[in-house]
Amino acid sequence: MSEHLLSTRGLGRDAAVALLDIAEDMADTQQRQVKKLPTLRGTTVVNLFFEDSTRTRISFEAAAKRLSADVITFSAKGSSVSKGESLQDTAQTLQAMGADGIVIRHQASGAAEVLASSGWTRAGIVNAGDGTHEHPTQALLDAFTIRKRLHGAASRGRDLDGVAVVIVGDVLHSRVARSNVWLLTALGAAVRLVGPPTLLPGAVGGWPVTAGIDLDEAIDAGPDVVMMLRVQRERMTEAFFPSAREYAALYGLSSARAARLPERSLVMHPGPMNRGLEIAGEVADSPRSTVLEQVENGIAVRMAVLYDVLAGRRGAA
Amino acid sequence: MTRILIRGALRAGDGVRTDLAVEDGVVTATGALAASPGDRVIDADGLIALRGFVDLHTHLREPGGEGAETVLTGSRAAAAGGYTTVHAMPNTDPVADTAGVVEQVAALGRAAGYVDVRPIGAVSKGREGRELAELVTMARSRARVTIFSDDGSCVADPLLMRRALEYARIVGGVIAQHAEEPRLTRGAQLHEGAVSAELGLAGWPAVAEEAIIARDVLLAEAAGARLHVCHVSTAGSVELIRWAKARGVRVTAEVTPHHLLLTDEAARGYDPRFKVNPPLRAAEDVAALRAGLADGTLDVVATDHAPHPAEAKRSEWQAAANGMVGLETAASVVQAAMVETGLLGWAEVERVMASAPAVIGSLPDRGPLVDGARADLVLLDPAASRVLSTADLAGRSTNSPYLGRTLPGRVVAVLHEGRPTVLDGVLRDAAEVAGGTA
Repeated sequence: MSEHLLSTRGLGRDAAVALLDIAEDMADTQQRQVKKLPTLRGTTVVNLFFEDSTRTRISFEAAAKRLSADVITFSAKGSSVSKGESLQDTAQTLQAMGADGIVIRHQASGAAEVLASSGWTRAGIVNAGDGTHEHPTQALLDAFTIRKRLHGAASRGRDLDGVAVVIVGDVLHSRVARSNVWLLTALGAAVRLVGPPTLLPGAVGGWPVTAGIDLDEAIDAGPDVVMMLRVQRERMTEAFFPSAREYAALYGLSSARAARLPERSLVMHPGPMNRGLEIAGEVADSPRSTVLEQVENGIAVRMAVLYDVLAGRRGAA
Repeated sequence: MTRILIRGALRAGDGVRTDLAVEDGVVTATGALAASPGDRVIDADGLIALRGFVDLHTHLREPGGEGAETVLTGSRAAAAGGYTTVHAMPNTDPVADTAGVVEQVAALGRAAGYVDVRPIGAVSKGREGRELAELVTMARSRARVTIFSDDGSCVADPLLMRRALEYARIVGGVIAQHAEEPRLTRGAQLHEGAVSAELGLAGWPAVAEEAIIARDVLLAEAAGARLHVCHVSTAGSVELIRWAKARGVRVTAEVTPHHLLLTDEAARGYDPRFKVNPPLRAAEDVAALRAGLADGTLDVVATDHAPHPAEAKRSEWQAAANGMVGLETAASVVQAAMVETGLLGWAEVERVMASAPAVIGSLPDRGPLVDGARADLVLLDPAASRVLSTADLAGRSTNSPYLGRTLPGRVVAVLHEGRPTVLDGVLRDAAEVAGGTA
């Protein structure tokens, strides 16, 4: 049982494997005709979304509902400051309304941690993406998906020892990349980050990864997994790269590049994809692509996380 | 006025143990002195006597920011920290860019009476970085402004900076630059390095400070003008200033107490009390700043005392205000970072906190604590230690990064022009200080 899930940094191998195993159990229940479990009956989960993310929000919503929790969605789009309502006021309001768990998506890095340590609420906090910091459930579902593809029904108890993962693109602004770096390496994977120098933090030297600027070299090394990050077109106006065409030529996973990968290599993307920019449409739709499995597994993983954080709290059945 | 007799203080300036008699705002006698009936005697056994501290970088927030601090409350914070003079930054509302505003701030300071409040005038009108403010009018006003700064913003336009340096020569003034290339720090939240990369906070790169300092020392050299660099925070900046001084450029520089003690590691946990501009830097930078202060490359310690109301710091990091209060804790932090590490003795502490800032601020009457000196002085107990709490903070705001931390040293007594502002470690009432009764 964890009090909160704020990041994957510091999540040890055993705790991560245990969470993935709970997710396996949850996934099994989703094969049944009646998918709903009574586990969190009487528990109130608030989806507190300061930033638009339909996918993540409905994934958490589905996960909470399948555990029989009451779900309230609170969309506070735009910055809390421009709205004139502070994170503190929102959190205290939700506390007064009896929230047992808060799933927070916020544009400010650290917002989930501030909420958890503030004393404004006693709810269990699940980080659904904070600024450019972390997105821990995305990393967990990515790890779950890799493990499932590698080990199938024999996944339980396994880590990712020796699995070679290349993460490609805008690492600088990616919370998905950060969460995956910590989680995948804790599970024993060898992670390589690839992107233009403008989009790789200068300080990745201190991370337990290797980093490079050459995607072709990384492809030819024959990785087990190639994870493409979403690139925001706005980055062009900030001089991170000159054009979509040049970005795609240098760092896009084209069909030609995908064809050079070993048969076993997986292609992942957290979505939503820019087809033709960071990933070619036919690669995204190819059998080695796990894009839709990631979405499906996201529900089981989020069920596991909500169960881990909320079962045993006051109000849970 | 009652004579004050300080007994047995160790005078920092020359390391001599001495009594000091103070009357009518002046040190009237030193050496071994006999008490006269009616003297107010301060037992200074074990205490160090230093010239009253002079801060070159204080945000008093008045006018316009009275919810965070006023000239009175900021003066109280200053006195509690051993200061007898503070220089008030002009980023108020309205901006201190005219004689009217600087005279008002100076008058509020005189009325409060705790410290000399010396207004700093804005370099540009409205601190907008476009047109020069009336520097000479401010200098020749009753506020007698000698330092000009757009602090909070950099004078980023090289042409305006050049002109400001040249023009300030009319009054022998100095331009105090907040060195931050704005295009390199858009949205910046924390020192660009390992911690910002991990926490996902937009980086504030060292080069954004260093590029401006490199440019400005060359502009100052070309203009034959005086440049002062505010809150130097990086190892590279120290090197540039060392190089410029070796060339004979008329540049001085300050470092804040927090940049001497804290690193960006403090940002883990996203507690906005540690959010400040320029940001807390890496351990290598802290080491270089300490070395620079010890060898004189950095001339002074200046607090950058930046009060904020609680709600401005009770939020997610990105939404929180930059800045820390620092007047009350500066001497303790300097003791921890510089004295206890063996880098500075108390004579040098007096230099970096009192005499050198007085020279930069063009205050010729702040001399050594000898017969006839202006009686601005502080008595410190270096053996004391305290766990900092809000009770130790005398200003209106409590955004101190040191709350809950053990700090060495304690201010026991402060005289401002011979008038006690702190006695027995207790700040005196505003009415007593303003009323002028010793």
